Amino acid sequence: MTTNKAEQSPLRRGLNLKPVTYILLTLWALIVLFPFYWMLLSSLKSTAAYNAEMTPSFFTLHPTLENYTAAFRSQDEPLGRYLLNTLIFTVITTASMMVVIVLAAFAFARLKFRGRNVLFALFLSLMMIPNELVIITNFVTVKTLGLTDDAGSAIRHFTGLILPSITSIFYIYLLKENFESIPEELYKAAKVDGTSDLKYLLKVMLPISRPTIVTIIILKVIECWNSYVWPRLITTKPQFFLVSNGIQNIRESGAGRDNVPAMMAAVVVVSVPLIVLFLLFRDKIMAGVSRGGTKG
Amino acid sequence: MENRNAKAWLYLLPALLFLGVFMIYPLVDVVVYSLEENYESVREVYTGVGLANFSHVLRDPYFLQAVKNTFLLVVITVPLSTGLALLISLGLSSIQPLRKLYQTVYFLPYVTNTLAVGLVFMLMFQYNDSQVGLFNLLIRAFGGTPVDFIDGPYWAKMTVTCLYTVWVVMPFKILILTSALASVPQSYYNAAKIDGTSKWRTFTRITLPMISPMIFYLIITGFIGAFKAYSDEVALFGVNLNEAGMNTIVGYVYDMLYSNGGSYPSYASAAALILFAIVLTITVINLMVSRKTVHY
Amino acid sequence: MKVVLQNLTKRFPNRNKKLDDVIAVNNFNFEIPDGKLIGLLGPSGCGKSTTLNLICGLEMPTSGKIFFGEDDVTDLPPENRGVGLVFQNYALYPHMTVRQNIMFPLQNLKGKDKLSKAEMLTRAEEAAKLVQIDQLMDRKPAEMSGGQQQRVAIARALVKMPRVLLLDEPLSNLDARLRLQTREEIRRIQRNTGITTIFVTHDQEEAMSISDLIVVMKDGIIQQIDQPQKVYDDPKNLFVAKFLGTPPINVFKGKVAAGKLYLGEDAVLQVRGVSDQELWVGIRPEGFVPQQAGPLRCSLKAVEVMGRDTSVVLGNETAVSDPLRAIISSEYQVAPGTGEIRFALKPNKVFLFDLKTEERIPFQAE
Repeated sequence: MTTNKAEQSPLRRGLNLKPVTYILLTLWALIVLFPFYWMLLSSLKSTAAYNAEMTPSFFTLHPTLENYTAAFRSQDEPLGRYLLNTLIFTVITTASMMVVIVLAAFAFARLKFRGRNVLFALFLSLMMIPNELVIITNFVTVKTLGLTDDAGSAIRHFTGLILPSITSIFYIYLLKENFESIPEELYKAAKVDGTSDLKYLLKVMLPISRPTIVTIIILKVIECWNSYVWPRLITTKPQFFLVSNGIQNIRESGAGRDNVPAMMAAVVVVSVPLIVLFLLFRDKIMAGVSRGGTKG
Repeated sequence: MENRNAKAWLYLLPALLFLGVFMIYPLVDVVVYSLEENYESVREVYTGVGLANFSHVLRDPYFLQAVKNTFLLVVITVPLSTGLALLISLGLSSIQPLRKLYQTVYFLPYVTNTLAVGLVFMLMFQYNDSQVGLFNLLIRAFGGTPVDFIDGPYWAKMTVTCLYTVWVVMPFKILILTSALASVPQSYYNAAKIDGTSKWRTFTRITLPMISPMIFYLIITGFIGAFKAYSDEVALFGVNLNEAGMNTIVGYVYDMLYSNGGSYPSYASAAALILFAIVLTITVINLMVSRKTVHY
Repeated sequence: MKVVLQNLTKRFPNRNKKLDDVIAVNNFNFEIPDGKLIGLLGPSGCGKSTTLNLICGLEMPTSGKIFFGEDDVTDLPPENRGVGLVFQNYALYPHMTVRQNIMFPLQNLKGKDKLSKAEMLTRAEEAAKLVQIDQLMDRKPAEMSGGQQQRVAIARALVKMPRVLLLDEPLSNLDARLRLQTREEIRRIQRNTGITTIFVTHDQEEAMSISDLIVVMKDGIIQQIDQPQKVYDDPKNLFVAKFLGTPPINVFKGKVAAGKLYLGEDAVLQVRGVSDQELWVGIRPEGFVPQQAGPLRCSLKAVEVMGRDTSVVLGNETAVSDPLRAIISSEYQVAPGTGEIRFALKPNKVFLFDLKTEERIPFQAE
């Protein structure tokens, strides 16, 4: 792998395309990065300065953090609250999903029971069903059970928020494949030593599958952090908003129109956690996504 | 044996429970809803069973607008983003220094909150009393007439929607295509080189066929994803997409379910099923085409 | 601890439901004496691994009983049988160190058997010493050679002081040199601990070299149980004769008439006590003695000098096995390309088998 691949690559032969390649690649990098720069820039301009610019300037000589304090202090748009809600939602959803899918994947991968293959085929066929098709009834179900925020109870509301996203067939599938790649002899060895199934799962399978587990957790965290549609359906009270709904509300309420820098500050705050997560786990995330993650 | 059966089902119980309540039951229910005519959600009564909901939806101008928008979005963004991603991936695989940096940058949109970054796009493309958006500065610099892409003519709004959609879906496609290109064995290129094959021929006769399964995978998932477009539009144009004339099919489903105090689960179900039928048809066609063209 | 198998049978339902069940183990009856090393030998698919799984409890028999000493263990789960099992690929837990691997079985002990942490460490240490890997306790399996991993696997199986130690193809993942070394090692450990040990192999040389007793199996049926040399010198049937020995036994189609064994036209041996009939004749490669006027005429195809011995590839019209191979002392000068070569036969290296049943037919030489 250390041999210089670039020298042998098809585009490299003949005409020297390298400078052109770099220019084009850089151009796309700029297109990707520019919105991030713009949000950061706008969030650092003072409200007065921003409103005074009919033509936005490309940099600011007087950066200020006042927008960030404003974003967090706002009574109507409690950004801190949104972040907290999202954090709670993300942690509980991810944790409960891991329990559910680990158990299911283990049953499919190692336990022998009648109807296993049929059931698994059924599971796989469910992967085709789009969320839009089932969300209608789920909305009605959750509403009937009183798990929206109408009652004003945080516990009920979070329950309603979390319940529908606790299983993922795709992750069960991913984990099952991984579990199956662990030699069956390990399971037999553990059986001979009197290890219970649960202990084997916790002490042997999970540690060995750690890379996959971490990947799934990260993907799920990203999904939770960005979820918009379901929270929007069952949430009306701002104190229960997640960040996506919060951001959207800031935009709709007019607060954002009046104070763009504050809105951009909120946008930066919402974006930063995932970007940090990505930079920390770059390889794991990219490997996980290329193994079958799709956006949304 | 009975004992082991029971144990396996115990491990599967949580997953089955959640899937049953939030996936299987809704799947049946959505069909039931779609057939119940004049359903009133408050009193939970309906007058008959039939296809009236479907014909209502199909005659609803908002739905037709949503279908038109969605189709436009699909036919523009899928080829555009796939082609662009292929170009960028080819560029990426032909360079060595800075490759990792470019890859990291290109992946950033995947981990950002689409609602949040959508607001930045809105800022950059708007043109109104308070501010000239960045994009319009460019237009002016080239001597064109500024247009409000957010609250202006239809084609302008469509343009910005497509641009934003492409921006959002590129990371996944670049990632998949780069790893597909990397997995083409170097020996093929070496063989081609020895035979004196031209660069273009190498690309069309070796590279392209070798990665064609992945391209088709991207086209299929791209179609499915684009048909489900919704939150990108909300970010750009706000929740009232009908008013903006930029609604999508999924948006229509949610509006029917939720907005305007309107609870029309029957119409929502009918629309969701129509969407599912469209996506399924297109996917099947795609698969049939790919079976004919992908020789590998 | 002696191990007794009584009418042990295991059937598996056939994947193709219309076909009959597969009988992996068919009515086994044998007794393994206490403290011996037993080799279960047979070609792949003969049911030897199933037998091992039945003994350790990973599979339940369709019928029959298994006793460890006087205890009926047939219905006991593996953990209550007191068996140690070593797998072909060792099945070490990759995320644990050697010490953690060896201690793992001890941590499962419950109730009165429960050990303190210090006791576990001591026991692990002892087991590691026994297999001479006590220097490597903090390594992970990936950092060790195949031979070392094998020792860890044995230590892990021994640490709970099993009544019976089971080894499934313990040497097949090792290279040739390590294989020789490790089989001596297994022999030594077994002698030191005195634990009744059963190992499965398809390699007859491996089985011959270290077993006290060999059980030869084919298609789920026991062919012969004997000491290694006895199995070689006194095979019960044609299968056993063919399966043991390298180079393999040479098989001819011959006939007995009036107390003489004929291969084609040649009356090669006096055989008394055999009625006139056609039969299979097996001749061990070392049973050929070159003789100017010997009764068996063969064509000489090739000569391979191996130092101490010479291997001669022969041709004979009545031969069934191909190639025919004789091993002769290198004192005999065999010039290649001379066409014909004649042999006398050593009577104790010649076996007769019934043409249909392939069972051994005894005879008295002169």
